[in-house]
Amino acid sequence: AMAKLILLLLNWIFLCCNVAAVFEDQVGKFDWRQQYVGKVRFSHFDSHMQSSKKVLLASESNVFAALNTRTGELFWRHVDKTGPEGNIDALLQHGQDAVLVIGNGHLLRSWDIGVGGMNWEMVLDPGSFRSACLVGHQGAVKHLAVLKKTVISLHYLSNGHQKWVENLPESETVDFQAVYSGGNGEVYALGVVPNSHLAIVVYSLEDGEITKQVSVEAPWLSSIPASCSVISRGLLTCVDSTTMSLYTLDLHLQLEMTQIPLQTLGLDVDPGFRPSLVSHQPNPAHPPLSEFLLQLGPEHHLLLQHNDGQIVTLRDYKPALLASFATAGEKTVVAVMAPKNKTTVMNDAINLFSAETGRRLLETTLIFTVDPNGGKPEKLHVQAFLKKDDSVGYRVMVQTEDHTLTFIQQPGRVMWTREEALSDVVTMEMVDLPLTGAQAELEGEFGKKADGLMSMVMKRLSSQLIMLQAWIAHLWKLFYDARKPRSQVKNDVSIENLSRDEFNLQKMMVLVTASGKLFGIDSKTGDILWKHYLENIPLNAAFKLMVQRTTAHFPHPPQCTLLIKDKDTGLATLHVFNPIFGRRSQVTPPALPQPILQSLLLPLMDQDYAKVLLLVDDQYKVSAFPSTKNVLQQLQETASSIFFYLADSGQGRLSGYRLRTDLSTEQVWEVVIPTETQKIVSIKGKRSNEHVHSQGRVMGDRSVLYKYLNPNLLAVVTESTDLHQERSFIGILLIDGVTGRIIHEAVQRKARGPVHVVHSENWVVYEYWSTKSRRNEFSVIELYEGMDLYNSTVFSSLDRPHAPQVLQQSYIFPSSISTMEATLTEKGITSRHLLVGLPSGGILSLPKMFLDPRRPEVISEQSREENLIPYAPELIIRTEWFINYNQTVSRVRGIYTAPSGLESTCLVVAYGLDIYHTRVYPSKQFDVLKDDYDYMLISSVLFALFFATMISKRLAEVKLLNRAWR
Amino acid sequence: KMARDLSFRVAVLFSFLFFGFINFVCCNNERRVGDALETDFSGLSVPLEHSFELDDTAKFVVRGTLLLKTGREPSVALSQNPLSEEDRVKLKEVAEVDGLYRIRVPRVSLQADRQTEWQVDGYLTAFVRACAMVESHLSDVITLHTDVSGYLIGVSIVTIPGACRGTKVEDEVDLEVFNTTLSIMAPVNAPGPETSLFLERMEQETEKKGKNPQEQKSFFAKYWYLILGGAIFLMVSNSAQPPAGGGREQS
Repeated sequence: AMAKLILLLLNWIFLCCNVAAVFEDQVGKFDWRQQYVGKVRFSHFDSHMQSSKKVLLASESNVFAALNTRTGELFWRHVDKTGPEGNIDALLQHGQDAVLVIGNGHLLRSWDIGVGGMNWEMVLDPGSFRSACLVGHQGAVKHLAVLKKTVISLHYLSNGHQKWVENLPESETVDFQAVYSGGNGEVYALGVVPNSHLAIVVYSLEDGEITKQVSVEAPWLSSIPASCSVISRGLLTCVDSTTMSLYTLDLHLQLEMTQIPLQTLGLDVDPGFRPSLVSHQPNPAHPPLSEFLLQLGPEHHLLLQHNDGQIVTLRDYKPALLASFATAGEKTVVAVMAPKNKTTVMNDAINLFSAETGRRLLETTLIFTVDPNGGKPEKLHVQAFLKKDDSVGYRVMVQTEDHTLTFIQQPGRVMWTREEALSDVVTMEMVDLPLTGAQAELEGEFGKKADGLMSMVMKRLSSQLIMLQAWIAHLWKLFYDARKPRSQVKNDVSIENLSRDEFNLQKMMVLVTASGKLFGIDSKTGDILWKHYLENIPLNAAFKLMVQRTTAHFPHPPQCTLLIKDKDTGLATLHVFNPIFGRRSQVTPPALPQPILQSLLLPLMDQDYAKVLLLVDDQYKVSAFPSTKNVLQQLQETASSIFFYLADSGQGRLSGYRLRTDLSTEQVWEVVIPTETQKIVSIKGKRSNEHVHSQGRVMGDRSVLYKYLNPNLLAVVTESTDLHQERSFIGILLIDGVTGRIIHEAVQRKARGPVHVVHSENWVVYEYWSTKSRRNEFSVIELYEGMDLYNSTVFSSLDRPHAPQVLQQSYIFPSSISTMEATLTEKGITSRHLLVGLPSGGILSLPKMFLDPRRPEVISEQSREENLIPYAPELIIRTEWFINYNQTVSRVRGIYTAPSGLESTCLVVAYGLDIYHTRVYPSKQFDVLKDDYDYMLISSVLFALFFATMISKRLAEVKLLNRAWR
Repeated sequence: KMARDLSFRVAVLFSFLFFGFINFVCCNNERRVGDALETDFSGLSVPLEHSFELDDTAKFVVRGTLLLKTGREPSVALSQNPLSEEDRVKLKEVAEVDGLYRIRVPRVSLQADRQTEWQVDGYLTAFVRACAMVESHLSDVITLHTDVSGYLIGVSIVTIPGACRGTKVEDEVDLEVFNTTLSIMAPVNAPGPETSLFLERMEQETEKKGKNPQEQKSFFAKYWYLILGGAIFLMVSNSAQPPAGGGREQS
């Protein structure tokens, strides 16, 4: 029966579905993809080969990747599970292998860095991860040690097998935090009893036998990784800010720490700064260097050396932002980044110093130009190499606060930058590009005040002239480009020459990332045109991006407003900027001293064509932005028709408010969903820029079924608090946002979230997990007014007494989904598709036609007339529906759709770890001639016909004349 | 004995509700009636309050009493007193300044085990424009919505007709008695995928095909003899031709 079912379905699909795949030569023509890694946590330059151009990155987004250091492109990338399960705890590299500890010490994975293939994977014993290190012996590195809370284990690098595992002594009281090996056949586990003593357990590399166990008084110590490091031949060195001292302990010989007050070295810690120590072990088979870096202040680093039991200062770097060790061959250097001079803060200079002597190496200065729209440098990753003359050369990868990686070569040439902040896009908008100068000139003519007929004519003539000039220039450029080979013709997109294209297909993508960095990206090429880093963004900030003024109001610049709200305190700030250039607007946003509950963009405009933004604070007072006299007057006039709602999911309360003329509010309705049984998980309204072309659907008998098109309708989704599979349910409430009237209330029994909802036109589509059948299901609700319309001219929530008819149908979907959105077109004539982001990385364009509650169970003449597809319980994924063919979008979190100037075309951006942009044509390109349209044939036929008529006309004339003569 | 007596009295009183005894019932309601009702009506009565003020502040006063029948199939009945002279004037005044007519009901549960005296832990409110109330001559439709567990979650009010056309209601009598349609709505069960029906239909179709195997036969199965005959005929005529052609040549 199943086979039959599928056959029937396939049949139907072939009958009624359009094919919307891309041809091979169209790949990359209308779409692009950018792949990211995320904020870098660990990085290693592949140094086992001199010519290697790889850098390994492990990120906080659980991604492990190798980049090409020449171009910044990905060689390969592995995306692990999100959350703590895939968290990368440690990255160890030796030779051709890179070993990752994943998921709080759950897994050990070894990768071949050449091709990015996995060598082996090992599941470790349970226990929370503390530390890991490579263990070398007799000049060769063959093992690695993993320290967990209660056990230490040693594994072979070649296959991951466990050589030995030993319990840590006294692990109930001692918190083991670090593991160290100096290449002498011993493994040291270092633990601490906070503010009491230090425990050192020495294991033999061969059999894991404890060869030594000591405990050393250290009442000042609380965390080993934060304040200690092993230098030289097993000399544990710690720094403590309370006693202002360095402590050293020879792990082999001593039983007591030696205190060296910093004052005796002539050093002082900056007040309030926690000093830290960095040592360097170039080869795990050999002990670390006896030199180490000590940071005593935010801009104060020191290179110290341990020499015959003495600590000596080799060099004092002040001011120095960052310092880092790097090794090339046998030589180790220190790279120090310092502000170049105090007057021009924009440049930082990086210099190399010999680690042994602390002397500055000549001709090693590298200038790092700080991006004024970026963050401060945070980390310095240095790739050192030996030049032909045996001197040390280097390149650096600077990581800044805004998650940007900049790779620089001497003397300051930026080889590439990667904006890793884009791996975490939170929200976005697409803004129309401005008109060209000439077009804008013409437009501006209408905006200006008329001052006499003559000058108007002159103005018109001049603007027409400018347009002619631009056109000729354009033609010339076309002609000029046509002679060049195609590969050389590259459209250089810069902010200056940005202008709207004929069909408005090219737009400015304004992206807001979680790190607080804003980007402006050209939607055609994917080039980053501007970026702006907002500092002091709270960690748990919520963002809402609104377009207050579009580009349509020349000469007023377009204006976007970003509302940044701290989720804990509710306090918010506004960032107002120009979306085309990314510059902060001259308009000063109002200060918001009160927590903000709700923000709404009204269709009202001030005299400068900026839409009015209303902000509701926790006292239910409303403030407007912009708040000019004109706006306030308009608000007073329309106050009684401005309603808004507030939702408090903690209390299950939905309440409606009406604006009063004095900008205070009054509560007009309240719906309370008891939180004991269910909680509100999402509330979806409709998009304000959505157009619906047809008011109804023509039925088989030629009557019309009118849609219930309530622009104020909210779809509220609740999930039951009881998660037992028999009793769990999902609630769907359709509430009018103005009157609070519950239009429809349904429960999906034996169902569970996560629920994905799309609400548009007269329908709501949601996806859930059915606990009963253990599968994903789609359900669609459609609302109809019936056979006649109550009031066809205007919709008012206050005057629609009859409840709509509600139709609902559900379907089985063979995959779980990550996100869902509906296509959007200029006039709403084109049929709608649902864009479904799948966890596999595919973006599916599912025709809405398949999600139609009027799909009949039994086929009748009328349903056939109406082109309804017979009901089949299963929605089948067809491979042609994937709009991103093989361009997988990892961890897709959101899909944004925007209309273009062409009715058939909808612009789509899918974002997650990657960003993917393409166009979709839900009803095919009915308003565009095909690429391979035969212009030659059509024009030649036309000409032929034209000449044929001419000739036949002539012939007919001659014939007539002849007949007349006869 | 005392309780029984009281419940009897209440039952009598309820039948007289339309005659203006509402105040007494309500006062009673707040004190003792809850537990008395439990035995008799297996339901509870809650006040339906309304408010219409010139300055749009909410000052709720009792409009009537809702009798909620709890249990598996909840139902609701409403008893309400007509508007007083004073209220009618006020309502018309409010309608003229386009004020709001609000109603509210307390949040209660209709679940069988919680049907004892209700506690006020908030209200559910709704509104219509006062002018719509006036122009519809107090014909309103009030719907109470419950959630799956029988808790009241929302109330809605609409008037029929719903529009405000500015028609004056001269006759005061039209604004005296409410003409209320009242209903209570529980959430409907959303349908799951209809697999069983679909499979049944598929089976029926296969059965139908099974019954007359003639249809199921493929083209070749049905007309094999014709095709074979045709092929043989062709072959025969082909092989017969050369000698015939040769014959023609000779002649």
